[in-house]
Amino acid sequence: MLTVAREPFHFCTRMHLSSLTGLKASNLKELLDVIRDAPGSCIYHHTHRFLQQHQFLSPEPPNDFSYWVREVLGEEDLGEQLASIDVMQFPTIRSLREKIIETIENFLGQDPIAQKKFARTGEEFVFIRSISFIVWTDYFAANLREFVESLKKVTIDSIYFHIFESRLRLEKSTNDFSSWLETSLDAKTLADKIATLDPYTLTLEDLRMKIVRLAERSLEGAL
Amino acid sequence: MIRTEDYIPIVGEPVITDLRLLAQKLKGRKIVHVNSTAIGGGVAEILNRMNPLLKELGVESSWQVIKGGERFFEVTKKFHNALHGKKTEITKDDFGVFIENGQKNAEEMATDADIMFIHDPQPITLINKKKDNRWIWRCHVDVSRPQDDLWRFLEEYIQRYDAAVFSAPSFAQKLAIRQILIAPSIDPLSDKNRELPEEQIEDVLRQYQLSRAKPMITQISRFDRLKDPVGVIKVYQLVKKYIDCQLVLAGGGATDDPEGLEVFEEVKSLAKNDSDIHILLLPQNDIVINALQRASTVIMQKSLKEGFGLTVSEALWKAKPVVASNVGGIPLQITHKYSGLLCHSVEGAAFAVKQLLHSPQYAKKLGENGREHVRNNFLLTRHLKDYLLLFHSLYHPEDIVYL
Repeated sequence: MLTVAREPFHFCTRMHLSSLTGLKASNLKELLDVIRDAPGSCIYHHTHRFLQQHQFLSPEPPNDFSYWVREVLGEEDLGEQLASIDVMQFPTIRSLREKIIETIENFLGQDPIAQKKFARTGEEFVFIRSISFIVWTDYFAANLREFVESLKKVTIDSIYFHIFESRLRLEKSTNDFSSWLETSLDAKTLADKIATLDPYTLTLEDLRMKIVRLAERSLEGAL
Repeated sequence: MIRTEDYIPIVGEPVITDLRLLAQKLKGRKIVHVNSTAIGGGVAEILNRMNPLLKELGVESSWQVIKGGERFFEVTKKFHNALHGKKTEITKDDFGVFIENGQKNAEEMATDADIMFIHDPQPITLINKKKDNRWIWRCHVDVSRPQDDLWRFLEEYIQRYDAAVFSAPSFAQKLAIRQILIAPSIDPLSDKNRELPEEQIEDVLRQYQLSRAKPMITQISRFDRLKDPVGVIKVYQLVKKYIDCQLVLAGGGATDDPEGLEVFEEVKSLAKNDSDIHILLLPQNDIVINALQRASTVIMQKSLKEGFGLTVSEALWKAKPVVASNVGGIPLQITHKYSGLLCHSVEGAAFAVKQLLHSPQYAKKLGENGREHVRNNFLLTRHLKDYLLLFHSLYHPEDIVYL
């Protein structure tokens, strides 16, 4: 007998537009200055753009800051440090921004000459912000089986929204799936398993399959 | 007529469902596109494809063209060059002609649609008729380094729009209005990009006396110095020292452009002692271009300056490994070492081409990644989705919008 959810899960999808800010940086000092003042939607864009635009690559390229520092300024060390920031450890864009600032500041403290490296004309870091459009879909789940069936059908944009955007950008304590499984279905083990996946190192299709498999094992009582 | 559902086998049903969902939520809003020509040029080409698809999705979209005499278009040609950063003298009289022509069009044209979508500078002064409807200015040209006096003149109009749209991040300006980034796109169902049967590719190769016996390095572009065909020959010569290959430089439109003809002759004379260099002056024939791209081993786009460089997306869509300069919109299409190789010099490009010819597996992987990148980001369906989102954004100033 399947447990009926106290509240059904309603899947959303998320589409986005990129908005240009007119802000640019051509060296590390300028990058740092703009990161300090840029809107949160800029930090979000540059740490998550690759996930959606290059969703077929595994492993994915790192975030935009890391890619630019490495490929344009030639700073391998800093590039690696920025790429390996564990975004899952940061509950808000604010705290993620602080970590990025701290990483660049520490690097410049140890290697002040690095700020004399400039990008060529045309290769400056251009700051972009993300405008998100959240739309309700026709997919609902009133129990775990329906959840699995819907999860197989929704777009990867929907998975992206419930796992990444909702947690970090809308500042919820965990991803939407884990939150619903725990509070509406009392499926705490499954909720915890999904919450401890590292979605930043998976493609969105792989992520979908992992969650589906976990939920199916839970249905079989094997979790 | 091509319909949105024809794209389902290419992009998947959910993408088309999203388009329908977004279009449905625009029900009742009228959109009017305005540009300066109904035929010829990239903007007309985009509108010719885009407008019928918008209508088919249920969006009330129409298209109007402004009028202008010879003198007006002389002025707008000057504007075009100056926006691209080419030093151009624009006189007071030129500005006067531009403003006067704008006034005449404004008197004749209805501008009361919910959304007025103005393309490029030619119709920009129509904004004088703005009431409480929404206005978008879509800039299709490279304005990374516009001439100062002209930009200041245009800026007075641009700032009165609700949003401006640019094709690449480097074109962004400091403006008080919202600036949206919307890249152009390729149509996977057009003659230039659709799948071709192998026999048809062979026919084209025979027609141009080409064979696939040696690896084929190809650049498709006009004979224009900014596309650096001479640089491409130098790249080939460096590669040829180690790998027996052939070069195809193919493009059209040289005969009616004095500089183009000069470049064509220069390229021909550089190539004359090498039977493995094939210089092809092509008529406008999309199937031929498609076939040449599909027959190539490596495709180059060694431009010195580039607006967007959609030939890169065309090549990637055919899963070809691409070596291209890191200019204009090219880095949006190629992420270095993931979906192609970017270069800054003849030597760098030659090294990249050698790498690809020596490592077919690596070349294959880059090409496959490139095709998926184009599928997700540079097809007409993404362009259509961005336009629908753009229309919605005019009614939502916030960064997180619940529709």
